[in-house]
Amino acid sequence: MALLETKGLTAHYGDFQALFGVDIHLEQGETVAIIGANGAGKTTLMRSITGVLRNAPEQILHNETPIGHLPADTIMKRGIAMVPEGRKLFPSLSVEENLIIGGQHKGGRDLGDRIDSFLSRFTGAPDPMELAAGHDGAGYWTLETIYELFPILRERRHNPGTALSGGQQQMVAIGRALMSNPYVLLCDEISLGLAPVVIKDIYAALPKIKESGASVIVVEQDIGQALAVADRVYCMMEGRVTLEGRPSEISRDDIHAAYFGAVA
Amino acid sequence: MATAYSVTLRTPASTATLIAAAVLIVALFAAPAYASRGMIQDLFFILTMLTLAQYWNLLAGYGGLVSVGQQAFVGIGAYALYGAVILGGADPILSILLGGVAALLLAIPTAFFAFRLQGAYFAIGTWVIAEIARLSVAQWRGVGGGTGTSLPRDALRELAFVDGIRALFDVRASAARDILSYWLALTLAVITIAGVYWLLRTKRGLALAAVRDNTEAAKSVGVDASRMKWVVFLTSAFGTGLAGGLIYLQKARISPDAAFSVTDWTAYVIFIVVIGGIGTIEGPILGVLVFFVLQSLLADYGSWYLMVLGLIGISVMLFAPRGLWGLISERTGLQLFPIRRRLVGGSNTKREV
Amino acid sequence: MIWIDTIIQGILLGGLYALFAAGLSLVFGIMRLVNLAHGDLIILGAYIILISVTVLGLNPFFAILIAAPLMFALGWALQKLVLNRTLGEDILPPLLVTFGLSVVIQNGLLEGFSADSQRISAGALETASISVGPISMGVLPLLTFGSAILVIVVLNHIFYRTAIGRAFRATSDDAVTASLMGIKPERVFATATGLAMVVAAIAALYLGVRANFDPSIGPARLIYAFEAVIIGGLGSLWGTLLGGVIIGVAQTVGAAINPEWQILAGHVAFLVVLLIRPRGLFPRGN
Ligand SMILES: Nc1ncnc2c1ncn2[C@@H]1O[C@H](COP(=O)(O)OP(=O)(O)OP(=O)(O)O)[C@@H](O)[C@H]1O
Ligand SMILES: [Mg+2]
Repeated sequence: MALLETKGLTAHYGDFQALFGVDIHLEQGETVAIIGANGAGKTTLMRSITGVLRNAPEQILHNETPIGHLPADTIMKRGIAMVPEGRKLFPSLSVEENLIIGGQHKGGRDLGDRIDSFLSRFTGAPDPMELAAGHDGAGYWTLETIYELFPILRERRHNPGTALSGGQQQMVAIGRALMSNPYVLLCDEISLGLAPVVIKDIYAALPKIKESGASVIVVEQDIGQALAVADRVYCMMEGRVTLEGRPSEISRDDIHAAYFGAVA
Repeated sequence: MATAYSVTLRTPASTATLIAAAVLIVALFAAPAYASRGMIQDLFFILTMLTLAQYWNLLAGYGGLVSVGQQAFVGIGAYALYGAVILGGADPILSILLGGVAALLLAIPTAFFAFRLQGAYFAIGTWVIAEIARLSVAQWRGVGGGTGTSLPRDALRELAFVDGIRALFDVRASAARDILSYWLALTLAVITIAGVYWLLRTKRGLALAAVRDNTEAAKSVGVDASRMKWVVFLTSAFGTGLAGGLIYLQKARISPDAAFSVTDWTAYVIFIVVIGGIGTIEGPILGVLVFFVLQSLLADYGSWYLMVLGLIGISVMLFAPRGLWGLISERTGLQLFPIRRRLVGGSNTKREV
Repeated sequence: MIWIDTIIQGILLGGLYALFAAGLSLVFGIMRLVNLAHGDLIILGAYIILISVTVLGLNPFFAILIAAPLMFALGWALQKLVLNRTLGEDILPPLLVTFGLSVVIQNGLLEGFSADSQRISAGALETASISVGPISMGVLPLLTFGSAILVIVVLNHIFYRTAIGRAFRATSDDAVTASLMGIKPERVFATATGLAMVVAAIAALYLGVRANFDPSIGPARLIYAFEAVIIGGLGSLWGTLLGGVIIGVAQTVGAAINPEWQILAGHVAFLVVLLIRPRGLFPRGN
């Protein structure tokens, strides 16, 4: 049984169709990499899974439950967290507050959720607490363990999130997503615009993240990096999956063809 | 293939509009020959509200400048007329123009201040200026201070053209004055609609519409847009001042609270535009008719009427933000006053640019 | 001596204007929404307190315990059901909807309570005063000013030190990313408006005890509040208090010169500040 699965996933921006029936799956404990050229639809796929873009319910399954129609906050409360493209730290929040806010709404049991859940008995609307159920958010990650993972953040914890270097900001974004102790962690281009040493530092955190119980999808432009960390790789082109396989099984030529279209 | 395209602003409906409008205008000018005095007064009310609505729509619907202070220009236009007639013995009809000029002069410092306020705060900024104008005018003893005053009988008796109109339609002097005011209101409304239409079809006006439709475009024509804001604001003030002078010439009695009333000269106007369809020339025309019907039916209910009007305005904004005219043109594709350029010919004839 | 007295009156009056303004400022800071019905909602709050006092025979300061939750619920529902639908790039819908709301509330109150002036009676407190040396200050204005400071301290605490405050700031920065953190932006906005209405209820208490009110005076309170916010600089509640004080002092000084100049002087002070400091006295960075 797949932990997370998309089935014929489509996505649109107004009249523009960005995804044309994407099928991917993530198994418990796996690391999956998604590669593809600019504009292939990788971010769109992430945005669909996390509920920023809405889809038909059955197009996305989490533990076999249809979740394509759920809003982003409910999906997060089911234990699917994202490190968004471009980091997207909150400039009005300090580093520490950025981390805290990642965990403060986990579990889906705040007052508002309880009220909505109570009301849903009368309105017949789906119960948000039931939809979010299965994830209590308890786990390995706390402020302390995040600071152990990225010690530099402890030093900078009172700085505004945006007053950090690119690599440090990326660490905050990852830490923020981890604070909810997710079952699934989606990372959209975490190495973008960073120096190779910094990228190495960041990927060094991956084993620890896996150890904490999260399964991971990384979106990567850097093919070498993707092949190095992933158990399986998907390559996307123009809104479709053009290649799937284990890093050991696929050749440079396969990737080249999947990336840029068939070579003449 | 390329030669098969041409850029046009005209739609078949717009040509028909032109002919229908010409017929309608002639019929309206001839109205005093067949309409009762009460009807002439109603038409005067409709036409002046339509004029105010067109100017507010130009500001908010096209310029993105949501003013809640248009009563400043109605009031100042009216008071300029009263001041000139009472204190300077000026000709009342010519003084209407003075009302426009006075509004224009007030608009310059108003714009200077209000343009410093971003977005939504612009709205309240214009309201503050209108309050200042009201409070200041209330200090002006020469025109009655806070309690207001009436136009002198002499000035009304000697009003130009009134004798001619009396003879022509065989009516009393007061009815003749209504007819004169009505003709002036009709002229103002026609000039306003034609002028707004012309302004929006000039190159700058098209840029303005593009700005409204597309925020990306706004950035690329930024400089032009800010000058256009001034043009739109001053034009609206001038026209609103003219309407203000005319409205109070017909009323023949003024007070600061009435002439600077936010309900009468801004709230009603906003509802007219919103209900009819903001950002179109057709919208305010439709809106003023709906407004008039509602008022005839409900005005006796006082505050209930205003509540209903407010609720209708809110509902329209929430559920049909393009108003009644938006609903109509969506269903039928009808455009009486086309402003956007359309690319016609080729295979893709309906593309708008 | 009379001048010092006038200025102190003005400063204390500024506390009332800051109370009018704090809710407006909060809502604008979080969702860039300018609520044109804010003044009318304050007046609505005053009528709720009035009813609690006259019908239930409560002390007005206890009546606030009824009015505040009611106003919170009203603000919450208003935001959730109506105003959230208007948020977006375009500034027209929120402005026009709240303007419509202003007209509806005003005329609803007129229908319910007539145009007669009302006053919330607070007994001996209304006239009580304390003397500091040669200067005597009303207890009520002092209470008003103290409440304004307390409200600002509490709002700042909520905003900068609590979980909901973090959610406020995060959502205001970037609502989409906030939703990835499990935050429901609509709910955050509803809570913010609810909170603003609680402040409006406190403002309503002092408004109603201090002077007569009737359904039509809401827009004028909105204007004072707005002037205080702009003078203070968007986003700074202490700036808003200072803005309120400037308007208050200008009004009392204007009135001391000529009673008819009271309101006008406040507006003129606003224009002067705007002329010298277009972004207000304490603009928040960026
Ligand atoms: N908000 C949007 N509105 C309209 N089109 C969009 C939007 N976001 C993305 N697109 C389009 O959707 C397609 C897929 O974009 P997406 O961002 O998913 O690509 P990507 O694979 O993440 O690219 P990159 O590597 O550059 O991040 C592109 O053609 C893009 O232009
Ligand atoms: Mg991307």
